[in-house]
Amino acid sequence: MNVLIDHLGDVLGALGTTLVMFLIAGVGSIVIGVLVTVARVSPIPLLRWVAFAYVQFFINVPLLALLVLAVFALPDAGIIAPLEPTAIVVLAVYEAAYVAEAVRSGVNTVAVGQLEAARALGFNQLQSLRLIVVPQALRAVVQPIGNVMIALVMNTALAAAVGVVELTSEVNKVNLIEAQPIAIFAGAGVIYMAIALVIGLAAGWVERRVAIVR
Amino acid sequence: MSDNFSYLYDSPGPRGRRRILIGSVISAAVLLAFVGLGVWQFADHGQLDADRWAPFLQWPIWQYLLVGLLGTLQAAAVTAVLSAPLGALFAIGRLSRVRPIRWLATAYIEIARTVPVLLLVYLMLFGLPHYGINVPTLWKLVIPLTVANSAVFAEIIRAGVLSLPRGQEEAALGLGMLRRQAMRYVVLPQALRSVTPSLVSQLVSLLKDTSLGYIVAFTELLYRGQVLSAFNHLLIQTFLVVTFIYLVCNGSLSAVASRLRTRTVRRGIRPPVAPELSTPITEKAPHA
Repeated sequence: MNVLIDHLGDVLGALGTTLVMFLIAGVGSIVIGVLVTVARVSPIPLLRWVAFAYVQFFINVPLLALLVLAVFALPDAGIIAPLEPTAIVVLAVYEAAYVAEAVRSGVNTVAVGQLEAARALGFNQLQSLRLIVVPQALRAVVQPIGNVMIALVMNTALAAAVGVVELTSEVNKVNLIEAQPIAIFAGAGVIYMAIALVIGLAAGWVERRVAIVR
Repeated sequence: MSDNFSYLYDSPGPRGRRRILIGSVISAAVLLAFVGLGVWQFADHGQLDADRWAPFLQWPIWQYLLVGLLGTLQAAAVTAVLSAPLGALFAIGRLSRVRPIRWLATAYIEIARTVPVLLLVYLMLFGLPHYGINVPTLWKLVIPLTVANSAVFAEIIRAGVLSLPRGQEEAALGLGMLRRQAMRYVVLPQALRSVTPSLVSQLVSLLKDTSLGYIVAFTELLYRGQVLSAFNHLLIQTFLVVTFIYLVCNGSLSAVASRLRTRTVRRGIRPPVAPELSTPITEKAPHA
């Protein structure tokens, strides 16, 4: 651990990058994921199909291939963006597919009676989606979304492979200087585990607060 | 394959049908605008020119990439063959009545599930050679993947065991079997059967993870794509083709998984719910 403390400034800066990437991509992926799910259960066939294709595409293509495509290849088509925002956008749209899968399984838990009641009360389709289906679906999938967020934290490490200086690439750099791999990589592992633990606990806390007890 | 959420709505009347039509037209227009913008941007930079795509009509290029795909499949197969039995072992360990075994298995699973694979890959690449441990390239990729995936397999199998009615084990014990016999002949076979779709889904994620071979310079699909693009300077085309190959391979695996899933649901076996896993494991049967 001492080795990492010697480089505390750099490591903390890199940890900050990891956390910033996680927070922005996390919020982004939840927003996109919910929108995709809404499209997937909408009465418009075209939107359903597009949402389905979106989820299938991102679940079946490796994140690293997408990162390489976005960072190294897209500039050839004149789409040039700074490195970190590019990585964040790719992470968000990728993880959104997993969020959408989770939320969709939540939609399945909304009882048919809820929809029938909404119709009987005169809600139109948009209202029943917004006020009845989505809130209940989200409450049912807090824990699964927490797990997607843990996966997202681990996936931010892949940004190191395309040159973003975040925790994994920084500790790797420290190791190249100090050559104490076990201590350094174990330290980084502990940091990632701590982040995952915090997300897990937070998801548990949120779930206890919003869960519908039937 | 596609899902049925029609129970969410009444069957539309004339006004509803008109609204759906208007919605379809608007979303089609927006979609076309986006696609058009993308195509225009690509065409504007000459990325759609025929001579930039023509190389991918030649067999040698495909042969080069398919050798990479073979490496991908090889790494995925070795990882799967190693992590499935390991996963079953850790699952049994976590369910064990012996505390030290349970604690060790739990600790391993929790650690392996929350440490990024890339960190383990860097450890194999830059860490262990420092201690004189230098394994062949394939293993630099397979060992980290096995560490991570055996933990996920363990959790899936454990979910399957927990979802089995307790009566099964009780009946086996009642027949005079030992606990380990009950596990081996009664519980595990049924549990494995009920989680087969989830195990196949996890294979998709495993196959995706082999793209880390790009970093360890193992001859797999993404790495070959990288080498090819450095040679022909057709970055966009090469990586799009690589993405497409991944999509076809994993798409067929996913299709197998979802077919297995509907079959299990139809046979009336309740799929297990494993809320603590990151990959979507179950689809509950839609409300009738």
